[in-house]
Amino acid sequence: MSGLDLDKIYRAERGRVLASLVRLLGGFELAEEALADAFLAAAQQWPRDGVPANPRTWLVSAGRFKAIDKLRRSGRFRAMAPELRRELELEEDQMPPDREIIEDDTLRLIFTCCHPILPADAQIALTLREICGLTTEEIAAAYLSKPATIAQRIVRAKSRIHDAAVPYEVPPPAEWDDRLETVLHTIYLIFNEGYEASSGDALIRHELCAEAVRLARLLKELHPGPDIDGLLALMLLHQSRAATRTAPDGSLVLLEQQDRTRWDQALIAEGTALAELAFARPPVGSYTIQAMIAATHAAARTAAATDWARIAGFYDLLLRAEPTAVVALNRAVAIAMRDGPEAGLQLIDPLAAGELVNYRFAHAARADLLRRLGRADEARAAYHHALELTQQASERKFLERRLGELR
Amino acid sequence: MRYTCLVHFDPAAMTTPGFDKRRFDRRSKDYDEELKAGGHFLGWQGLALGDAAVIVRVRDGKMSATDGPYIESKEQMAGFVMIEARDMNEAVRLAAGLPLAEIGTIEVRPVSESSIPAPQLA
Repeated sequence: MSGLDLDKIYRAERGRVLASLVRLLGGFELAEEALADAFLAAAQQWPRDGVPANPRTWLVSAGRFKAIDKLRRSGRFRAMAPELRRELELEEDQMPPDREIIEDDTLRLIFTCCHPILPADAQIALTLREICGLTTEEIAAAYLSKPATIAQRIVRAKSRIHDAAVPYEVPPPAEWDDRLETVLHTIYLIFNEGYEASSGDALIRHELCAEAVRLARLLKELHPGPDIDGLLALMLLHQSRAATRTAPDGSLVLLEQQDRTRWDQALIAEGTALAELAFARPPVGSYTIQAMIAATHAAARTAAATDWARIAGFYDLLLRAEPTAVVALNRAVAIAMRDGPEAGLQLIDPLAAGELVNYRFAHAARADLLRRLGRADEARAAYHHALELTQQASERKFLERRLGELR
Repeated sequence: MRYTCLVHFDPAAMTTPGFDKRRFDRRSKDYDEELKAGGHFLGWQGLALGDAAVIVRVRDGKMSATDGPYIESKEQMAGFVMIEARDMNEAVRLAAGLPLAEIGTIEVRPVSESSIPAPQLA
């Protein structure tokens, strides 16, 4: 099997193949069965015949074919809605399936996963599993929940979609207003899952980041607006630093230690222009403010040249747009950079003891400020606390290294 | 990951009028084949009814044996199917395809990590 990395193809294509199969077969259960069958067929045929020129359309066609075959044999095909049956048979003759339709399938699936009939926690669980390809067990670990609870949540969400006959479609722009916020949130969730994988060894899963950016671009084309621009800008600016975020040994490299000459200037230019465009069109949403913060970092040639006063100002705005403890924590870190560690610590202490007591970054940030103030014993305790809450391998490495430096 | 599908059902369901035992057995067999083809099937074991069981306990070095069943209820454990699945939701989907799920209840449980490597069943 020289050069054939099926695992890699699975990771890269699973979400989009599934999205197309959900549309073609009209439901999650059938689509997941077909997806498994398609990859099984690939595992049998590709080592012998070689990887097809377009693996994705091959997998979609194979999955659809297997599903129809199974439905026919089990007699379930006749029981299907005539409309869907006709469509399935019609598609059977079209090879390869229409590319443009396939391009939009993930977006359709996102609008489905974000449907307002689903509670927020179900939307998140469904998106992470169906679009990001996380397992039930990984989602449970990321949300400190039991796999059985998450499994039930996902099964219920799917049957709700089925029972309410939620269509697999991108709704007309007139209906976007009450859906867009959730959709943008979901796209950012996909990006973050790629950027800060909540479990596993690889810190960055590039294919998820690229997919989130692709989806945001697609949305922008369909229905331009400042919030979409803001989110796209934010993701592009994050992505511009992706190559410098991890050391060769897989550990996390902080912003201040990153090699800025390796930041992607084309992404920075595009992201900054988009962010400024969105910022000039009020009301300014939180993605846009975050993008402005990221753009300010990107503009600094050295870590010491960072305009912390400007960044702290954006955090004041962000805290008003999004008054959460996590934003308050980030604002505190910016204020520590502007006014010194003591000022930051005063803001972080109540957060780390209160609402963010189980949030690993609160303790890591606190540890860092204590370290800079020379309060080594307290810093050590805070690093230990952060480590207890961290499962991500490269983050653990980073914290352990910092802890080692204190000794 | 490995999961065990514990099958509980009321044996009376098999003798209700209109229940086509032969068709049911054929569908069960077909589904086992489907699980095998998909690389999901690890093994299965059917069990005799609970009233054929002997319940054994040792307390303070003293053994007691009483006739079964262990739990007196209409639905009883009838066997198990062991499967390989990507995650719990896939295991649930695969379990839902067992024809036994239509007349009984399937309890899907992850195999505890300490009991891997694979058993030699069936």
